[in-house]
Amino acid sequence: MEQSLNYQPGLPEPAAAKTSGIKRYLTLLLRSRTATFGFIVIVALLLIAVFQSQFATHDPTAQSIRVRLTPPAWMEGGDPQYLLGTDQLGRDIFSRLIYGIRISLLVGVAGVAISCLIGSTLGLIAGYFGGWVDTVIMRLVDVFLAFPFLLLAITFSVTLGSSLRNIIIVLGITGWASYARLVRGQTLSIREQEYIQASFTIGSNDFHNIVRHILPNLVTPIIIYSSLEIGVYIIAEASLTFLGMGVPPSIATWGNMLATGRDYLSNAWWLATFPGIAIVITVLAFNFVGDWLRDVLDPKTTYDI
Amino acid sequence: MGRYVVKRLIQTVFVLFIISTFVFLLLRAVGDPARLMVSPESTLESIDDLRRKLGLDRPLIEQYGSYMYGIIRGDFGNSYTYDRPALELIKMHIGPTLQLTLVSLLISLPMGLILGCISAIKRYSIFDNIATVLAVFSRAIPSFWLGIMMILVFSIRLKLLPPSGYGSPRQILMPALALGTSMAAVVARLTRSSMLEVLGSDFIRTARGKGLKERVVIIRHALHNALIPVVTIVGLQMGNLLGGSIIIETIFAWPGIGNLLVESINEFDFPVIQATVFIIAVFFVIINLITDFTYVVIDRRIRLE
Repeated sequence: MEQSLNYQPGLPEPAAAKTSGIKRYLTLLLRSRTATFGFIVIVALLLIAVFQSQFATHDPTAQSIRVRLTPPAWMEGGDPQYLLGTDQLGRDIFSRLIYGIRISLLVGVAGVAISCLIGSTLGLIAGYFGGWVDTVIMRLVDVFLAFPFLLLAITFSVTLGSSLRNIIIVLGITGWASYARLVRGQTLSIREQEYIQASFTIGSNDFHNIVRHILPNLVTPIIIYSSLEIGVYIIAEASLTFLGMGVPPSIATWGNMLATGRDYLSNAWWLATFPGIAIVITVLAFNFVGDWLRDVLDPKTTYDI
Repeated sequence: MGRYVVKRLIQTVFVLFIISTFVFLLLRAVGDPARLMVSPESTLESIDDLRRKLGLDRPLIEQYGSYMYGIIRGDFGNSYTYDRPALELIKMHIGPTLQLTLVSLLISLPMGLILGCISAIKRYSIFDNIATVLAVFSRAIPSFWLGIMMILVFSIRLKLLPPSGYGSPRQILMPALALGTSMAAVVARLTRSSMLEVLGSDFIRTARGKGLKERVVIIRHALHNALIPVVTIVGLQMGNLLGGSIIIETIFAWPGIGNLLVESINEFDFPVIQATVFIIAVFFVIINLITDFTYVVIDRRIRLE
């Protein structure tokens, strides 16, 4: 990890080294076909999410019973106006998919960010201070990891009720425990290194040690783990929404589209097919980039928690 | 070993105690089940009546006390909707879930092991490449969408398998596959990397040098050692199967505990929610415990704390 990070505590990185670093990573990125694909897809998704109204061909909520269950444009009975067909209320599938991107990315990224914040803080405290604080936090981690992810998320969402904001909170507080475990382990190993011990000897306080010495070394593992978790959270959101415990049906999301699509499997396969493909492509993209980050930055640590 | 087992058992009991408290508190935070259960036009008196009948008028600490005392005796209270003991409902539904999880395991474990072994032995062959692509995809495909697509292809298009229901072996095939695919992929990946590591080690070279048949080298020497890391992941994945069955069961109308959970959540049937969440967590914890013990038994090198 040391040589890949090029991190020297206390010294600001020279600007020249930084640009050559970016170049180096770009070359490494282009060398991996999957990572390049993932990166392009993520950038494209972000752009579409920001300018969603420009990309959508229809209002995602506009209903038109006259054109309900129109097949995709290339099929018999399809209408070129509705590229991927329409749903049972005559809403345009393509436009709804476009509007679903923002929700999926938002839930994935914000959910992971909350988990990361809670888990990293607690893991850092547990690993740095040790003792009874460590014991209490890690027992709590045990309890959270004693539930399957989906079950815990369901339990929380029953408690909080379903709304877009709540689903982000639910996923955030469901997934923090694995972050705590990861960060605690890393903190423990960093703490034992000589320069930290030296810092103790010259009488640095805990705050200084954590901010200047430990946190910078946690950034890499946290970034890697987070990029691998975003896909998991996106699938979790779709699953919860599909079960009716996630984002309310009034909002166009991939999970909601799958839930309605399931009822029309026998006469309108496109309702349940396209949102699933959208999920798979998005999650693939994040996984590819995550795998690549892990290979490039930190091949030694395993992230199966 | 004895001390380790006792320590882990005590830990497990503690985790279960916290889990049950946690489930109680979470659901009490939802609000008043009596108010959620009655129809909108009912009077305040009827809500009070219901509250008294359900024991919700007592102080919270008293409710908690009787709840915990009940759990120890295996009594989770009566289902609000069915007016039967919640545990009885669980007993009715746990069988199908265990059956589904087990069949899923019996399909995906050998599949993963065989795929992983062949991939390792014939590294970088077409077979290995296809297996890699499948593994990457299975990590990005939500299991419930895979289930929906299976219904679409095998039930609606090809009319080969029944789309839902419980009883015949033909009905368990699709849910078990949908549930087990990701596990098969994980096992295959891990077996592959673990096998490759073992195959490159000195004792395998020695075994080959002795003139042993390749089949004997691989099965007797390599596979045995390669299985150690696989065991842990199988344990973890078993828990995931249990969690994943919640959503798979609702798709295939499988009368298991996951279906019961979703139904009881929709009905605000608190005793049943509490009982199902608790029972799934218990199974999850027990699986983790067994995994830890198996790990120790298989690999004597692991030092017990």
